[in-house]
Amino acid sequence: MTTITETPAVDQGAAARQLSYVKAFNEGLAQAMREDENVFVAGEDVAGYGGVFRMFDNLLDEFGPRRMIDTPISEAALVGLGVGAAARGLRPVVDLMFMDFIGVCLDQIVNQAAKMKYMFGGAVSVPLTITTASGAGLGAAAQHSQSLEAWLAHVPGLKVVMPCDAYTAKGLTVSAIRDDNPVVVMLNKVLLGSTSEVPEEIYGIPLGQAYTARQGSDVTVVALGRMVGEALAAADELAAEGIEVEVIDPRTVQPLDTETMFASVRRTNRVLVVHEAVTFGGLGAEIAAQIQDAAFDYLDAPVLRIGAPFSPVPFSPVLEKAYVPDRARIAQGCRRLLERA
Amino acid sequence: MAQRASKRPAGPAADQASAQVVMDLHERMVRIRLFETEAGRLMEAGKLPGFLHLYVGQEAVAAGVMAALRDDDQITSTHRGHGHAVAKGVSFRHMYAELYGRVTGACLGRGGSMHINDVSLGMLGANGIVGAGIPIAVGAAFAARYKEEDSVAVSFFGDGATNIGSFHEAANMAAVLRLPVLFVCENNGYAEFTPQSKHMLLTDVADRAAAYGMPSVIVDGMDAVAVHRATVEAVARARAGEGPMFIEAKTYRYYDHQGVKGLRHPYRSQREVDEWKARDAIDLLEARALADGTATRAELDDTWQRTRDAIADAIAYAEASPLPDTADLLLNVYSG
Repeated sequence: MTTITETPAVDQGAAARQLSYVKAFNEGLAQAMREDENVFVAGEDVAGYGGVFRMFDNLLDEFGPRRMIDTPISEAALVGLGVGAAARGLRPVVDLMFMDFIGVCLDQIVNQAAKMKYMFGGAVSVPLTITTASGAGLGAAAQHSQSLEAWLAHVPGLKVVMPCDAYTAKGLTVSAIRDDNPVVVMLNKVLLGSTSEVPEEIYGIPLGQAYTARQGSDVTVVALGRMVGEALAAADELAAEGIEVEVIDPRTVQPLDTETMFASVRRTNRVLVVHEAVTFGGLGAEIAAQIQDAAFDYLDAPVLRIGAPFSPVPFSPVLEKAYVPDRARIAQGCRRLLERA
Repeated sequence: MAQRASKRPAGPAADQASAQVVMDLHERMVRIRLFETEAGRLMEAGKLPGFLHLYVGQEAVAAGVMAALRDDDQITSTHRGHGHAVAKGVSFRHMYAELYGRVTGACLGRGGSMHINDVSLGMLGANGIVGAGIPIAVGAAFAARYKEEDSVAVSFFGDGATNIGSFHEAANMAAVLRLPVLFVCENNGYAEFTPQSKHMLLTDVADRAAAYGMPSVIVDGMDAVAVHRATVEAVARARAGEGPMFIEAKTYRYYDHQGVKGLRHPYRSQREVDEWKARDAIDLLEARALADGTATRAELDDTWQRTRDAIADAIAYAEASPLPDTADLLLNVYSG
């Protein structure tokens, strides 16, 4: 098991290395492949082309066609290949390119990968990693832009991670590959080119442990994936108004670290949950319910949720921009919460 | 896990219908037949929870294929998986205990009839989802090649499952990756209650293999020796790195899709059932063994009696076994 002590602190010095989100993912994957001969990658266009988002650049050169496998466009067979190989002791990384495509292979994810250990009486593990790109913002429209984490987080047996920056992308990817369970790594498309400081050595970020991205005393904002950056920007804006926002990044949405949220809510007494997915039936509902169950007496206002409207993701940039929550809506939400006091 | 040791006889290495092969096939089929008919009686007596999809009639396929495999060869099965499990060597005790929902069952009482498995014997699961085991077998074959082992993977499925996308995706994937997989279609003529003529326009499911550049063979699924010979050839081919193969075994299911009692709304004629039963796989093999002097009636009867005794022991074991502890409800949801 990885532990928090394995996670190196980001070097704040001038020499600290900046790396893009997609390159951090690529580096973590390559290091995990060097670490364990049983790790291989299969997917559409992952080997020869390097992945449509350059996620798998240069890996074919280093690891060869035995460990980098281009497959037909057959998501059910692709995930099934991963399930069977994982059950036989390998650690497959299978790539679904766009998260929207999971509809094609949900049986293999939900009924096979997630349930195999349980239904086999514990006799087998499925150390399968599924990588995919989620999120709106590229004008890719309703079949290439969804955030479907709530679908997957609802299924016992699966784990789901949503890295918010390059540092987290590398650490969560390494932990996903090392984990003995099926883990879905949701990379955010808009963040692919964003940079942050990333240590060169291999490190894992513990699954199921939230990170307090900013400390504050007035409002807790629980933000998923790309919304972490928006929440931090909103916090900067609110700090100028004298409002101190605490930003919590769960990092893993299944298992979900609720204790860190409860502790924060007991200090701030107000909480806003923000995610890119539609609000209805989203993880914000689950988080709000759990906070009200565990910390109702500490709340000075009902838990507020911000997410997308109940609509497919629109294509037109003006509509898409209005669809996805942003720093302005988060800041406005925090102000609304404080007005109730 | 020592108690899960195989109770079946050692598989023969020869690919000819030697006396040893015939007796091995006979024993595997008798074990399936009696396991299933006893399970049916238990279900009728109200002793078993859940569903029961019986394999009776199709024994020659499981026996013929499994006698050509090693313990390290992997199989994926169907919702009608008891026959495959018995033939692969899963113990009667663990199978009946699973049917009873006992903690001593093959899946600790978490799987039940539709999901019996034993990974120690290369059984990667019966499956409640039609067609779902097919890509998993392809993954197991991939792992064998990745690890440079010469084991093969066999996926069993019915005629109805070849209408599922997973079959087509997996067949194509196995073909282009040239993986050591056998696709074994047990064509019993019915997808649940719908006859083949209404769910596909083909007479031979094996024709579908050609679409993926995969060789295929059609065998009499009531002739265990024929199934075995075809499988021996296909396994040798796969072990040699020549890629997947498709075997269609024409067979028949004596009971209904589910359960043991006759349906109120018949979907097939008694005449059809009788015609297939007249070519019963066990009867055919016994007649052949007696005619060519491979076995005496007493030797064949001895197999039946030993199997009956083992089944009585296993049912007693299951009925005496404890139920799962509800405190362990969340056991094995996750690893670690």
